[in-house]
Amino acid sequence: MAEDIKVIVFKLGTEEYGIEVEKVQTIERMMPITRVPKTYSFIKGVINLRGVVIPVIDLRGRFGIEEAEHTDQTRIIIVAVNEMEVGFIVDSANDVIDLNQDAIDTPPDVVGGIKAKYLDGVAKIGEDRLLIMLNLSEVLNKNEIVQLESLEG
Amino acid sequence: MDMNQYLSMFIDESNDHLQSLNESMMGLEANPEDLSIVQVIFRSAHTLKGMAATMGFEDLASLTHQMENVLDLVRNNKLRMQDFIFDTLFKSLDALESMVEDITGGGEGKADVSAIVASLQAIVRGEIPSAAGAAAEVAAGAAAEAPVFLDEFQYSVLEQSLQEGHKVLYVDVAIRKDCQLKAVRAYMVFDLLERSGEVVKSFPSVQDIEQEKFDYSFSLYYITQKEASEIQAMILNLSEIDKVTAVALDQESLRQMGQEAVAATAEAPAPVKEAAPASNASPASAAHAKEETGKPAPVRTGGAPSRTIRVDIERLDVLMNLFSELLIDRVRLEQLASEVQNTDLTETVEHMGRVSGDLQNIVMKLRMVPVDTVFNRFPRMVRDLAKSLDKKIDLVVTGAETELDRTVIDEIGDPLVHLLRNAVDHGVEGIQDRLAAGKSDTGTVNLRAFHSGNHVFIEIEDDGAGINPQKILQSAIKKGILSQEQAANYSDDEAIQLLFAPGFSTAEVISDVSGRGVGLDVVKSKITSLGGNVVVYSTQGKGTNFSVQLPLTLSIIAAMLVRLGSEKYAIPLSSIVETGIVKHTQIRSIHGNKMVEFRNSHIPLVSLSKIFSVPDYDESTEEETEIVVVRKGERLVALAVQDFIGQNEIVIKNLGKYLPEVQGISGATILGDGQVALIIDPNAFIK
Repeated sequence: MAEDIKVIVFKLGTEEYGIEVEKVQTIERMMPITRVPKTYSFIKGVINLRGVVIPVIDLRGRFGIEEAEHTDQTRIIIVAVNEMEVGFIVDSANDVIDLNQDAIDTPPDVVGGIKAKYLDGVAKIGEDRLLIMLNLSEVLNKNEIVQLESLEG
Repeated sequence: MDMNQYLSMFIDESNDHLQSLNESMMGLEANPEDLSIVQVIFRSAHTLKGMAATMGFEDLASLTHQMENVLDLVRNNKLRMQDFIFDTLFKSLDALESMVEDITGGGEGKADVSAIVASLQAIVRGEIPSAAGAAAEVAAGAAAEAPVFLDEFQYSVLEQSLQEGHKVLYVDVAIRKDCQLKAVRAYMVFDLLERSGEVVKSFPSVQDIEQEKFDYSFSLYYITQKEASEIQAMILNLSEIDKVTAVALDQESLRQMGQEAVAATAEAPAPVKEAAPASNASPASAAHAKEETGKPAPVRTGGAPSRTIRVDIERLDVLMNLFSELLIDRVRLEQLASEVQNTDLTETVEHMGRVSGDLQNIVMKLRMVPVDTVFNRFPRMVRDLAKSLDKKIDLVVTGAETELDRTVIDEIGDPLVHLLRNAVDHGVEGIQDRLAAGKSDTGTVNLRAFHSGNHVFIEIEDDGAGINPQKILQSAIKKGILSQEQAANYSDDEAIQLLFAPGFSTAEVISDVSGRGVGLDVVKSKITSLGGNVVVYSTQGKGTNFSVQLPLTLSIIAAMLVRLGSEKYAIPLSSIVETGIVKHTQIRSIHGNKMVEFRNSHIPLVSLSKIFSVPDYDESTEEETEIVVVRKGERLVALAVQDFIGQNEIVIKNLGKYLPEVQGISGATILGDGQVALIIDPNAFIK
């Protein structure tokens, strides 16, 4: 048996996603966001997180899902990858689970409209829950953004 | 005893000593006769040795020990500094530096220094294994001719023998050059002599002779009852002996030889210099420099120790961050106090404002570091570089005491190294070209730092060939940076600035010093990222000047806060000329561009709300518009805003690594209410 990892579970729409807990710094409630002009539409702006200015991106927008109104459940997950600190706006984040690495399968080509390259794999938990593990470096890859924009544009 | 707690202190001090060693060596090279510099070097080396030994870094200690031996001879006038010794000592310093670096990185500080140690030992023995073989022979010959010098003990033994009626002989033996086993022949000579007397001192030493470390000849002091001629004949009887001279010494000549010995050894290396003119370029150029500038190299004597303490840089950063937080709270307090309208509160807040202003000055000063901390490694670098390129170059550093924020200092090193390498490699011509152009063979590179307004300028100026603008343009066209038509519109000055265009390198021959194509554009982007600027001036035939402009500090600036709808922006006060209000009717449209009249001329009016697509404000719906006139150089632009909020000290934060560079935004700051406001980069609006 491979090792267990701890995973933060969050929701975008009906899908459940997971990020390894080591990569998550904190989870914050919504707070005032200062808009940054002339940048990608999914970059919502910057926040002041205890004296540090951190850019925030809407994960729905990043994956090309229709953006939703923010609710009481909306959270900002602050992750740190490759010395970058970024906040993800997600619909809700309320679970931490232990996941055995053996339970993670390689992802099919497209899951919930998200390209496979953004995913590390898909894990089955329990009988009917599917957890999509995110590949954060790819999600934050800027070269990818340029292509994405040109496709959209 | 646990040494770890002393390790960082050891590393700091070692670096200090290495730096001072480097500087003093450079000083000595320019001024080889100045023994006071040797004293300084000796003391530094000695301290370093002591520290290294205490900390258990044996290799470090043993290498410094060998250096000390050489320096000891020099300071006692027993050895004269020359090229080979300088090179070896510089090599030793490099080895020491890499060892200390290894220790800094958590290593053991071990390194194979046997080659350097061997050459240092050779120097101590008086052998100068110069690169040129001929030089070595001359040196050996000179050493052989000079009487072997005696220490006090040997001198008194000889003197006593004379008094007791023995004969003291000075014997020079030369073995035939075709001799296969010279050590054996030498042994036979010694064996023969020992049978009828005593050898007091030989040169080279007996051990060296046994190991064949001598050059077909040796000399010795010998006590015997026999006559000199007798001894001479005895030795000549041995086979393969070329020449023997035995001179009987009386007390008078013995004393003379003892005194002359010192002087003679000092003179001995002199022929080497003549024999190897190629390798002694640097003392010559140093001497030349002295003639030209008429100013001796600065000698750093250990003046009164300044009362300082070392503080971990991280602690200063923490202090700075805490202070920034305080500043944000202060701004917040000022806001609250103005709302509450309580006199006592307002007074207290005002007082706190003054105190924190003073505090800010002190914290900022703490972070100021003299540029010398970057400059100090350059003289050595330029020296090495010039040598490797066979050029003669003087680096003249001025304004090294100019202070800059530590963050700037940390980042500016690499770009400056690049510019200096450029100046040495491409700027200053080779000796032949210089002479052909009627210049002195020694090129000068000026490295200047000075304050001007809110900026510090660092200039790197060479007196080389200068830049040919036409060549730049052609090269730019060839590389596809420009089209032929575009090039035609470029003035000479604009053409030269193309050097900073990405993917540009003018070097026709790519050397390993500079000119790999990734060059000045990287320098430029680094300097711009520091909030600075770099421009180049050049006069063909006269030289080139790279002028780097840097902001005094990066972290706290005075700014004007403005409102655009629900959004707040900060504009750096340093670029604001004036604020004002213009009526809608005063805005003219010229070629579709909006202009306003300002001080009898028309300047463009830029709509920030349009550029930033502000959702809830548009100045064109208003009767009157507030404007902020900003400046970049001579050019002015008016920015239209909704309201002025006021002037504030703001702490600059960057937008984080993830955000791509946003045009017109240079960073962000946190306001008193905890919200983030973006800082406008006015330069972006002025083309």
